[in-house]
Amino acid sequence: MSHVIEAHDLVKVFNGFKAVNGVSFELAAGECLGLLGPNGAGKTSTIRMTYGFSPMTSGELNVFGLDIRTQWREIKGRIGVCQQENSLDPDLTVQQNLEVFGRYFNIPKKIARKKAQQLLEFIAMEHRQEAKVSELSGGLMRRLVLARALINDPKLLILDEPTTGLDPQSRHQVWERLELLRSEGLSILLTTHYMEEAARLCDRLIIMDHGEILVHGKPSDLINENAGHSVIEIARPGNEVREFLRSEDIRYDDLPHRILIYGRENDQLFDIIRERYCFENCSLRMATLEDVFLRLTGRQLRE
Amino acid sequence: MNLLNPFNISWRFFRVWQRNLVVYRRIWKVNFLPPLLEPLFYLLAFGMGLSTLIGTISHRNIEISYLAFITPAILAINMMQNSFFETTYASFVRMYYQKTFDAMMATPLSLGEVITAEIIWGATKSVFATAIMLIVLSGFGLVKYPEGLLIIPLSFLGGIAFGAVGMFFTGIVPSIDMFNLPIFLFVTPMFLFSGTFFPVENLPHWAQQLALVMPLTHLVALTRHLCLGLVTMELLLPTIYLLIFSILFFPLAIIVMHRRLIQ
Repeated sequence: MSHVIEAHDLVKVFNGFKAVNGVSFELAAGECLGLLGPNGAGKTSTIRMTYGFSPMTSGELNVFGLDIRTQWREIKGRIGVCQQENSLDPDLTVQQNLEVFGRYFNIPKKIARKKAQQLLEFIAMEHRQEAKVSELSGGLMRRLVLARALINDPKLLILDEPTTGLDPQSRHQVWERLELLRSEGLSILLTTHYMEEAARLCDRLIIMDHGEILVHGKPSDLINENAGHSVIEIARPGNEVREFLRSEDIRYDDLPHRILIYGRENDQLFDIIRERYCFENCSLRMATLEDVFLRLTGRQLRE
Repeated sequence: MNLLNPFNISWRFFRVWQRNLVVYRRIWKVNFLPPLLEPLFYLLAFGMGLSTLIGTISHRNIEISYLAFITPAILAINMMQNSFFETTYASFVRMYYQKTFDAMMATPLSLGEVITAEIIWGATKSVFATAIMLIVLSGFGLVKYPEGLLIIPLSFLGGIAFGAVGMFFTGIVPSIDMFNLPIFLFVTPMFLFSGTFFPVENLPHWAQQLALVMPLTHLVALTRHLCLGLVTMELLLPTIYLLIFSILFFPLAIIVMHRRLIQ
């Protein structure tokens, strides 16, 4: 399989601080790869290097088989980028935002106009083409940013937190469009804080922290390997249950007012615990990516 | 060329220039009004107010009216202000608040091209404003033609010089409020002492030397010669000065912006 991105041992140092420390990964054609991690984990720094925004301190990085250090212009011509911060042009209308952006790729005027029209239809914003960007809601702005990233028919889409700050309706709107693009064979690299988003969109995930990759793999494999099949939650646990868990050598996380027990498939643990130690304040649920994420990156606050 | 090289500059910069033109045309009425009205304000204030007190002024042994003396200064100051304010406040807003440069750098554009386009756009605004002002001032018979037509290309050179130095300040100021400093220490003294409203020769010797270091002094001198129809060898030195000033600050502006934005 041909690789769209081949990153080997990427390092990024800002004023003596190592934001990215030896990250290696590949992105196969047609694949959607997600970078997960707490704030400051190095996700944004990693993808900024990938689209040539930020020069790497050391490492090897090829996109479409081209070296980012020397062939950045060809590479950037073939990717679409949604940056984390809103960078829509407030001096231009919705339509002009797309057209003028297309001109940065040297797309001829007529073609850029036609393409802009198509993209406005794709994001269901044809009726707002003359609107000013400042009049748009957060969800519409994000859809416009997505449309703008598609103006050059990219082969690779890079999204930095595409749905952060959106309401559930807008988030689903963005997801549906990304799923459509994925089904058309577009390769996608994205960062996100939302586990639901990662599980829904990504074929493969990388969980990062402190500039390094902790684990990578398919979402379901990551859950099985790092959290197990199901999770028993006990609110306000007593000491007896802790003693029992220790004596049975069972994996669990002890939080101030809650215990999380990571169980295997088909085990009888929940029945035993419910009968012996708690009657109403314990529950059984499926293990999720969020469990994996919190187990691997810890529960303390960042930044 | 390598990603780390600040001087990755191709003709693609023209796309960024076009972007600014699209915005300019959207609000062209606002953009046309100042150069249309400003010269009239100056002529009214100085022409009716001061002129009668001053009478004529001797310039290069020619007696000219005070209005004819300050007309080139009005033009030259306008060239300076249009490009300098474009590459300071306006560029800073695009860079810092609107993230316009960030968006451009996710396309095949390089930062060097974005900055080049911003400076050339600043000079273009100087040309537009100068052309409008020339029409107004010519109505009063204050510009001699055809020599006066050379003021148009001159306004581009002046625009590049002041646009480049403005962009240099944009590359080094920590926040937008700090533009007060170059305006207070650089633009305002030039506005007053560069042979604009009185001849440089009226200054004490040390101040004359200082005025000669300032680019506006040379831009005013050149504009004055062209307004009066004096195309002589005296145009050579101030032109060379402005060229050297531009050649110095243009790459310097790109280097400091590169240092600021490429991380």
